[in-house]
Amino acid sequence: MKLTRRELTAAALLTSALPAVPAWAQRGETVRIALIDPQSGLMGPVGINQLRSFQFFAEKFSGAGNPAGVRFEIEGFDNKLSASETLTAMQAAIGRGIRFISQGNSSGIAGAIIEAVNRHNSRNPGQEVVFLNHSAVDPDLTNSRCSFWHFRFDADTSMKMEALTTFIRGEPTIRRVFLINQNYAHGHQVARFAKEMLARKRPDIQIVGEDLHPLAQVRDFAPYVAKIMASGADSVITGNWGSDLTLLIRAANDAGYRGRFFTYYAGVTGTPTALGTASEGRVYQIAYNHYNMGGQMQTWMNEFRQRFNDDFYTGSIIHILNALGVAMQNARSTNAVRVAHAMSGLRFNSFSGPVEMRRADHQLQQPLFLTRWQRVDAQHPYSPENTGMTLALVRRFDAYVASTPTSCAMQRPAAPV
Amino acid sequence: MEFFIISLLNGISFGLLLFMLSSGLTLIFSMMGVLNFAHASFYMVGAYMGFAVSQIVGFWAALLLVPLLVGLLGALFEKYSLRKVHKYGHVPELMVTFGLSYIILELVQLIWGRIAVEFRPPELLQGSAFTLLSQPDGSLGFAWGRAALEQCQPLGPAICSLFPATRAFIMGVALLMLVSLWLLITRTRVGLVIQAALKHPEMVEALGHNVPRVFMLVFGAGTGLAGLAGVMGGSTFVTEPAMALTLGAIVFVVVVVGGLGSLAGAFLASLLIGVMQTFAVAIDQSLGSMLLAMGVALSAEAQAHELMRFTLSKAAPLLPFLLLVLVLIFRPHGLLGNRDH
Amino acid sequence: MTATKYYQFRPINVGRWFIWSLFALVLLLAPLVFDSSIAISMMAQMGIAIIACLSFNMLLGQGGMLSFGHAVYAGLGTYVAMHALLLLGDAGLPVPAVALIPLVGGLAGLFFALLFGYVTTKKAGTAFAMITLGVGELIFIASMVFFIFFGGEAGVSADRVIGEPFWGISFGPLIEVYYLIAVYTFLCVALMFAYTRTPLGRIINAVRDNPERVEFIGYDPQTVRYLVFMIAGFFAGIAGGMAAVLFEIVTSEVVGPIRSGSYLLFAFLGGVTFFFGPIIGGILMVLAFVMFSEITKAWMLYLGLIFVFMVMYAPGGIAGLIMMNLRLAMFGRLGELWASYLGLGATALALLVSLGALIEMIYHLQLGTAMGDVVPFLGMSLNTLDLDVWFGAVFVALTSFGLFELCRRSFSQQWAAIQTDIEKEIKRRETA
Repeated sequence: MKLTRRELTAAALLTSALPAVPAWAQRGETVRIALIDPQSGLMGPVGINQLRSFQFFAEKFSGAGNPAGVRFEIEGFDNKLSASETLTAMQAAIGRGIRFISQGNSSGIAGAIIEAVNRHNSRNPGQEVVFLNHSAVDPDLTNSRCSFWHFRFDADTSMKMEALTTFIRGEPTIRRVFLINQNYAHGHQVARFAKEMLARKRPDIQIVGEDLHPLAQVRDFAPYVAKIMASGADSVITGNWGSDLTLLIRAANDAGYRGRFFTYYAGVTGTPTALGTASEGRVYQIAYNHYNMGGQMQTWMNEFRQRFNDDFYTGSIIHILNALGVAMQNARSTNAVRVAHAMSGLRFNSFSGPVEMRRADHQLQQPLFLTRWQRVDAQHPYSPENTGMTLALVRRFDAYVASTPTSCAMQRPAAPV
Repeated sequence: MEFFIISLLNGISFGLLLFMLSSGLTLIFSMMGVLNFAHASFYMVGAYMGFAVSQIVGFWAALLLVPLLVGLLGALFEKYSLRKVHKYGHVPELMVTFGLSYIILELVQLIWGRIAVEFRPPELLQGSAFTLLSQPDGSLGFAWGRAALEQCQPLGPAICSLFPATRAFIMGVALLMLVSLWLLITRTRVGLVIQAALKHPEMVEALGHNVPRVFMLVFGAGTGLAGLAGVMGGSTFVTEPAMALTLGAIVFVVVVVGGLGSLAGAFLASLLIGVMQTFAVAIDQSLGSMLLAMGVALSAEAQAHELMRFTLSKAAPLLPFLLLVLVLIFRPHGLLGNRDH
Repeated sequence: MTATKYYQFRPINVGRWFIWSLFALVLLLAPLVFDSSIAISMMAQMGIAIIACLSFNMLLGQGGMLSFGHAVYAGLGTYVAMHALLLLGDAGLPVPAVALIPLVGGLAGLFFALLFGYVTTKKAGTAFAMITLGVGELIFIASMVFFIFFGGEAGVSADRVIGEPFWGISFGPLIEVYYLIAVYTFLCVALMFAYTRTPLGRIINAVRDNPERVEFIGYDPQTVRYLVFMIAGFFAGIAGGMAAVLFEIVTSEVVGPIRSGSYLLFAFLGGVTFFFGPIIGGILMVLAFVMFSEITKAWMLYLGLIFVFMVMYAPGGIAGLIMMNLRLAMFGRLGELWASYLGLGATALALLVSLGALIEMIYHLQLGTAMGDVVPFLGMSLNTLDLDVWFGAVFVALTSFGLFELCRRSFSQQWAAIQTDIEKEIKRRETA
C-alpha cells in the first residue's frame, strides 16, 4: 500500500526514536535503598517510624509516582546505633547489590558512613554507592567533611538556627537566653551557632547560662532547671531530643518555669505525649516541615496515621524520593555515579515548594517553619500521638533566609560519558 | 538561697529514691550473699506495672498492690531459678540474675513497647508541695502548695521556686520505709529469725525454721521494695525501657560505696551521691577557672584546652563512679561495711 | 602411683599437632569456601571475638573472677590503636607497620590493666564483679565526655591504607585484613593455651578454687590475680587493635556495659570450664549479632532465656556438653542414649518451634502491624489475626512441654545410672 507523507514521517520519526528507547531503560527498573538506622534500643521507635515512612512513600512514589518510572524498594538494617554494625550492614547491603544507602539518626554514624563510602568508592570502581542523609544535621558533614557522594536532605543545624534567630530578632520580649544542650557534636553545634548568630542579630540579648549535659544519661533535670530559673532566663534554646527533651520540659513545668523553649525536635516520637497541655504556648519547634501543611501532605499524613497509628514527621524522605526520581530521569539511568552527578545542583519540587540540592556542598536548600505547641483548632487539625494538641505554624522562612554559607572544598570525580 | 534549699531537697529526694532501691539490694545481699544484678530490672517492672495497674484501680491502690506483685515475682524467681544455682556458688547466682535482667528488659519491651509510657502521678501529687518566694528585697517567703500567681514573676515581684509534691512524697515514703524496715528487723520475731539465718543458717534450720522459705521471703521483700521504688520513680521521672540500665549502675555504686551488706552504709552513700550529683550540676567551675582564681597565669591557648575548660557540671555523671574508685583505693570495704565481706 | 588415665602419644604429641594443624588449615582455607565479602567480614570479626572471649575466660573460667567491665580493655586498646594508626598515616611509615597495630592495642590493654587492675583485684568474688562494673561505667561515661581522646559521638576514625602497596599488600582489600587477623588469632590462641600450661596459669586455677590454701603454699592471691588481670588485658587489647584495623572507626560503645555483657554471655555460652569453650562463644557472638538479629526481632529474648537455662542446667556451656558426651563415648556408653536424645530432641524442637511462633507473633503485633498481619516463620506464614494459629501454637507448646518433661525425667535417670557406672569404671581402672 502506498504510505502517505504523514505516515512516512511518523514511521521515520518512530524508527529514529528506537535507539533512544534503551536510554529510557530505567523505566520499570527496581531501585533498592538500604535504610541503616537503629530499630531497637533508645532510638528504636524513631528508626522504626522512619522505616515505615520510607516504605510507605516508596509505594506512593514507585512507578507512575516518579518521573523516571522506577520502582523503589526499601530494605531496613538495624545498626543498633553502633558504627561498626553500620559498616557491617553497609557491606551486607553492597553485597546484595544495593547502591543507595540512607541513614540519619546520629551525625556521628553519618560521618562514619561518609568516610566508609569514600573509601569504598575509591577502592572499588564500578561498585560506587551514594549516601542519602535524611536527618543527620551536623554542619560539618557539608563543610569540613563534605563529600561528593553524600547528599543531605534535612536542614542542617546552622540553617535551623539562622531561621530561629531571625524570628528571635523580631521579638523584643526575649532578652535573656539560656542554652542547654547534649554534650556531643550536635549539642555543641547548636550552642555555638546560637551564640554566633544571636550576637550578630541581637547583640543586646544576654546569654545568661550555658549547659552541656551527657547524652541520654540524665534522669533528673531538676538541678538544671533550678539553674535556669536562678539565671532569670526568659527563653531556653535547646537541641535536645528524646528523653533529654521530654524530661527537661517536664522538670521545667514541675518547677514552675514560665519561660519559652525553642527546640529542634519537639515533634519526634514520644515527645508530644510528654509535652501535654502543661507546655501550651511555650514550646516552639524549628523544622523543615510541620503537622498542618495542608494539601497532598495532609492527606498523606492522615493516611499514614490511619495505617500505622503513628505520626509521620521525617519529610526529608519525600525530598529523597522526589530527588531520586527527577535525577534518574535526567540521567536516564539508575547507575549510582550518574545519579549522583545528576543530583548535584538539582532543582526540583517537593512538598514545601521548589528546593535545590546545592552543588557546592550537597546541602538541600529549603524553606523552614517555626511552629508553636498549642491546642488543635480548625486551621490546625492534626494532633500527634492523640494528645489533642498540635504544633501550629508561627512563621515560614524562605530558603534564601535559612541558607548558610559553606566552606566545603568538594572533590568531584569525573563525570561519566 | 532558695536555689540552695531547693537543690538540697532535690538531691535528698533523689538520694532517698536511690536508697529505696539499694536497701532492697543490700537486704538480699546480706541475707543470701547474692548480689541481684536484676534489681534495677525489678524497679523497671514496678514502674510499668504501676502504670498498668493504676489505669485499672488508680494510683493509690497500685502503690499498695504493685510492690506485692513484684515481690511475688521475685519470690517465684528465687524458688524456681535462683535456688537451683545456689549450689554452684556466688558467681553463677550473679550470672543468672544477669541473664534475668536481659529477659525482663525484653519482656517489658514486648508488652509495653519501646518508647516511654505516660505514667503520671495522681491529681493529689501533681501540684507542688510548697513554694519558696525570693522577694526582691532579699527576704525568703514560704507558702504551702502553689503560691498565688500574682505574687510570682512575671505578674508579681518574687521569683517563685516550686518543690514538686511527687518528690516530697518520695522522701516521705522512703523515710517511712526505712523506719519500718529497721523496726521489722530488730524488733519482731520474723526479723530475729532473719538475722539468725544470716549468720548461722544450718543452726536455724536445725531449730525447725524453714530457711529456704525465709530466703524466698527475703528475696521477695527486697524485690518488692524495688517495685515500690519503681512505682514512685516511674511516676515522678520517666517510665521507659532504659531506666533499668541507667539507674542500675548507680545503685551498685551505692551498695559498694556504702559497704556491701550495710543498710546504714547504703543510706549514707545514697544521700551522698544524690546530693553530690545535684550540686555538681550547679557548679560551672572548671580546672582552668579555678587555676585563674588562684592566680596561676594561663595563656589563651591553655585556657581554651579541653581539660582546662572541663567544668564540674559536665563531670556530674562521672562523679558516682569516681567516688567508687576512690573509696575502693582508700577504704576498700566501703564506708560502713564489715571487713569480712 | 596411679596409672595415666588418658592417651598420650610419645615422642611427638600427635593429637596436639593434629588439632592445631586443623585449626590453622581452617583459618587458611575458610575464605575460599565462604567467599562473599559479608562472610569474610564476619570471619574476621570472629577472629577478634575469639581472642576477646578467650581473654575474658582467663579471668572467669581460669581465675574465678567475674568481670562486668572487660570491654574496657579491648575498647581502650581499639582507641589507642586508632590514634596510633592516625599517627602512622601522618608519619608516612611503610605499610607493614599496620601489621603491628594490634600489638599497640595489646600494649595499651596491658597498660590500662596495670592501671585499673590494682584497684580492681584488691577484692575477689562479688566485690570484684561490682568494681569492674563501676570502672566500666566510669570509662564508658568518660568516653562520652572527654572529646580529645575519645572523639565524642563521632568517635575516632583512621584509614588503614597508609601508603603504597608493599609487596602487593596495602591492607585495603578485606581479604588481606582477614589474613592479618587470622595470623594474630592463631598466634594469640597458641600463646593463651601455652600460658595455661605455665606455673602462673596453674596457680590462678588454684586461686580460683581455694585462695586460702594458695596463701599457705606461699603465693599471694592478690598478686597472682593482678598479674593474670594484666595478661588478660594485654590479649583483650590485641583484639581491640585488630578491631581498629578492621572497622577503621571506633565509637564509645566498644567500652560500654552492653559489650562487656556480651563477652560474658557468649564466653559462658561457649563454656568457661574448657579452654576451647570461648572459641565457640566468640563464633556464636558474631553469628548472633550479625545474622540472628536480621532473622528475628526477638533474638535478645532468646539469648537471655538460653543463657539463664544454661546457667541453671548446663553450667559448663556448649563445650561442657560436648566434653561430657565425649567422655561417654570414650567409655562406649554414648550409644545407649540415642533413644533418649531423639525423644528429647524431638520434643524440645516442637516446644521451641511453638514457643518461637508465639513469641514472633507477639513481637509482630507489638512492632510491625502495619506491614500486614502475616508473620513469616520458618517458611510458614502465620496470620496473627487467626485465632486457630494462636490456639494451635499454645496447644503444641503445652503438649510438647509435657512430653519434654517426661523425656527429661527418663533421660536424667539413664544419665545418672551411666555416670555411676563410669565412676565405678574409673575407680576400677585406678586400682587395676
